Amino acid sequence: MTSIPMIAVVGNPNAGKSALFNKLTGAHQKVGNYPGVTVERKSGRLSLPDGRPAELVDLPGAYSLEASSPDEEVTRDVVIGRQQGERQPDAVLLVIDATNLDNHLRFALQVIALGLPTVVALNMVDLAARDGLTIDSGILARELGVPVIETVAVRRRGLDELREALGAAVGRPRQAQSHSMEDVVAAQRRARAIAGRAIVAETAKRRWSGRLDAVALHPVFGLFIFVAIMFIMFQAVFAWAKPPADFIGARFGDVETLVVATLPPGLLRSLLVDGVIKGVGAVIVFLPQILILFFFILLLESTGYMVRAAFLMDRLMASAGLSGHAFIPLLSSVACAVPGIMATRTIEDPKHRLTTILVAPLMTCSARIPVYGLIIAALIPARNIGYGIGLQGLVMFGLYVIGIVGALGAALVLRHTVTRGANQGFMMEMPKYQAPHLRDIVLGLWQRALIFLKRAGTIILVSTVILWALLSFPQAKPGENQLDVSVAGRLASGLEVIMRPVGFNHEISLALIPAMAAREVAVSALATAYSIQDEDEGRTTEALGNQLRGRWSLPTALAFLAWFVFAPQCLSTIAVTRRETNGWKWPAFMVGYLFILAYLAAGATFWLATLLGF
Amino acid sequence: MRLDKLPFSTPATVVSVRWNDLTPSEAKRLRNLGLDEGVRVEALHGGLIGRDPLAIRIGRMMVAIRRSCAQTISVDTAA
Repeated sequence: MTSIPMIAVVGNPNAGKSALFNKLTGAHQKVGNYPGVTVERKSGRLSLPDGRPAELVDLPGAYSLEASSPDEEVTRDVVIGRQQGERQPDAVLLVIDATNLDNHLRFALQVIALGLPTVVALNMVDLAARDGLTIDSGILARELGVPVIETVAVRRRGLDELREALGAAVGRPRQAQSHSMEDVVAAQRRARAIAGRAIVAETAKRRWSGRLDAVALHPVFGLFIFVAIMFIMFQAVFAWAKPPADFIGARFGDVETLVVATLPPGLLRSLLVDGVIKGVGAVIVFLPQILILFFFILLLESTGYMVRAAFLMDRLMASAGLSGHAFIPLLSSVACAVPGIMATRTIEDPKHRLTTILVAPLMTCSARIPVYGLIIAALIPARNIGYGIGLQGLVMFGLYVIGIVGALGAALVLRHTVTRGANQGFMMEMPKYQAPHLRDIVLGLWQRALIFLKRAGTIILVSTVILWALLSFPQAKPGENQLDVSVAGRLASGLEVIMRPVGFNHEISLALIPAMAAREVAVSALATAYSIQDEDEGRTTEALGNQLRGRWSLPTALAFLAWFVFAPQCLSTIAVTRRETNGWKWPAFMVGYLFILAYLAAGATFWLATLLGF
Repeated sequence: MRLDKLPFSTPATVVSVRWNDLTPSEAKRLRNLGLDEGVRVEALHGGLIGRDPLAIRIGRMMVAIRRSCAQTISVDTAA
């Protein structure tokens, strides 16, 4: 491993670096972490023209070697050979956006001055031509003193030439480092001068990206479009997911029928049916909804709309003491708080970042979809309230809105108390719109599906089976209720004393215990509990939704929803918060304040709904 | 003229920046995004309330900044 040469891929954010990396390495990629920091290390295998292999490492995008974020620090430390756990690269592949030469050349000049053998990929030359720019890459190569290859990563243009140049660069000795480009201003001025010489002709053309922005960033229409996109996204999560979810549910039903038909009644059958099939199946039916949600988020990110949304939301975020920077981590938290919290690394101000981390779990993550979906499908009528808007979708949308309002409200309070400090500004690049690459989106969805199924097969399966065991032992004597005599039942009875005042019944108290590991376990726990109870009472087991309809009052169901808007029931979130804040203080604070909020919200909802006579 | 007062779609050149009125990290980020004396800029879009934040073109790149930051930048439309 150590003998094969290492090539670092560096460039400004939005230079098309990752697309080029993907095309050069194909599917042979490894994703890891740098020791001590939570920055992702992506590497892959590239075969050089002479057949030798090389390791290609995709470094985080950086604007300058004067790093201003943990991501940029890793990039700087790797190229200067100071990163722990990484050798100094044998060569550097510098990716430059041809449509943004003045800016990207600054970082390029700084990297070239380090003296490592370097090859420049002048990427997106097709877009530069469309923008009316004629660039002479020969002049550029002469000015920079390194080979320059024109590429169009997404169309695989220039990849062979690039491989050729990299093969030649790998063997070249390192040159002495020059200190002339260490000052950003000096590098910037030289970059502008070189860009001026390399761009041999420029015809003014109206760019469609700009025309799109005239609408998308319009102070009024832009906000309308933003709200419409969010609304379509949440309606789609409910409407599109139904057929595939029904299909998955039916297959689990088939397996259950098969097991019941082949195995005699007894503990083994109970374990398989009540523990594994009912428990895990209840969660896996939500895979389509989760994938649809991730599809929208990946689409918004890859088209460049996400940063526009951050721009539109900056004012609103500022009123909560945050900025548009916090928008992207918070919207990512709608999929999952773990990548959301990791995405806060781009926020420079420490207090601002801490606040975003602390409120991120309030955003409605995909693990809540099984919980919300179950209760809504069971107890909210599937009525159409006109204009093609369904009541169930509307309630779901409402829960998301409560999560957002809760997060902003909590941020505002935190910014005036524990994370008080001067408000940092908002400053970010808004790259051109890009057509989404279907392959990258499919790859992203595939990775999410694997993560979700892995969770279902590990955390959820294990906690459901443990719960099944705690529910099944000791076995009830005739005349006793299995749920009441079991170990889990007794534990739940203790918790119920605290939870009864907010409208929670015995089964909910029971489900909350294993759901500490992950929220969606609450669904599988309820499924297992009711299934065991049914068998105990000699009834055929019914679908979980029908069970709830018969046994829960609407105020209880609404209180249960309100609880899960706030409750921090996710070990992964607590673990990533500990890692990102370097200690237990902040995760402990987060868990504490969220549980208090959850309890108050559930109580208020239950009593209000009871008073209103629901 | 201050950049926050510059009418939309009017190309201008940065004359001076009051770097000292920005926090050091803001100044560093602004420099990293390519802002410098002599650079061509243009105001493109503004937020609903008081044109805040502002989307400006720096060179060939669109960048979002707050109005308070734009106030430290003086521009000239003549060049």
